[in-house]
Amino acid sequence: MPAIRHHVPDDLLMGYAAGVLPQAFDLVVATHVSLNDDARVRLAGYEELGGAVLSDLKEAELAPDSLEQTLAKIARMGPTARNTRTNGIFPAPLRKMVGGDAAAVKWKTIARGTKQAVLCSDGDATARLFYIPAGQAMPEHSHRGTEMTLVLQGGYSSADAHFLRGDLEVADQKTNHTPIADDDGEDCICLVATDGRLLFNGLLPRLAQVFLRI
Amino acid sequence: MQDVMATLWHKANLYDPARASVATWIFTIARNRKIDLLRRYARPEPEDLPWGPEDAPDQADAIALQQETSKLAEAVRKLPKKQRELIERAYFGDLTHSEIAAETGLPLGTIKSRIRLALERLRHAMN
Repeated sequence: MPAIRHHVPDDLLMGYAAGVLPQAFDLVVATHVSLNDDARVRLAGYEELGGAVLSDLKEAELAPDSLEQTLAKIARMGPTARNTRTNGIFPAPLRKMVGGDAAAVKWKTIARGTKQAVLCSDGDATARLFYIPAGQAMPEHSHRGTEMTLVLQGGYSSADAHFLRGDLEVADQKTNHTPIADDDGEDCICLVATDGRLLFNGLLPRLAQVFLRI
Repeated sequence: MQDVMATLWHKANLYDPARASVATWIFTIARNRKIDLLRRYARPEPEDLPWGPEDAPDQADAIALQQETSKLAEAVRKLPKKQRELIERAYFGDLTHSEIAAETGLPLGTIKSRIRLALERLRHAMN
């Protein structure tokens, strides 16, 4: 059985705390943490560890004009804003990336009502939103790297696990799955980050992949 | 460095001593500024928790948290050398666990189990 987890695994959370993940994964972790208090507490632990390691590092010499330069920078800064909660479907970090809530997404149709929108891509890592109508299946696929899927609306089943808003599924190369959106009248919206391209198993989805960059 | 100092001053009104120690807060600001500057985009950050009913953070909570961080730093210092170095690299080496594996020539499984061992020791030390 492939490992399926509803929470973000420690290595990804530690990578987020250390600031070494690609943007696409940062986006999924930040959005998941916004929806999941357990992940928020665990992240605080890893940041606390970063602070502890930092306080133990050797001191460095500073340039003589450091203070003047710092004061000049402060003078140029604009007002600070908080990342506040709103009533929409998308938590603040995702809303910021999209430029609005679900209505602002520029969807592209893949097939039969299934839509996607690429949000950001650097190197091999890509973040995208998927829209899967209630009761429909994502094309069966496996992965070259890691895939993180976060549910924002509706829910889906994959292998023998069930995922709802705020739940996170992490799949690796060994996972070969066909997620199916819940047939409860609510269409499913997911945020997905991948490194390495998805590998679809059917011929038609594979052709679509060539043309649609999914 | 100056960027980080300027940002610390600038965001000082957002600092809550009951939620993070000073060292941790400096760490997160430094990390975010580094990413903003190197990659030229604002790092995605979780949304803030809504304000609670209390206006001022609880003094006892803040002091307890500072003591926890000192205890944690002490526990990090007491880790076996190999584990400590790996934790330091994981936070300040700019590398993912797979990149550390590629650079050191150690298998990814070894890196992960050493980090896991280090974290277990730290958890144990904090209990």
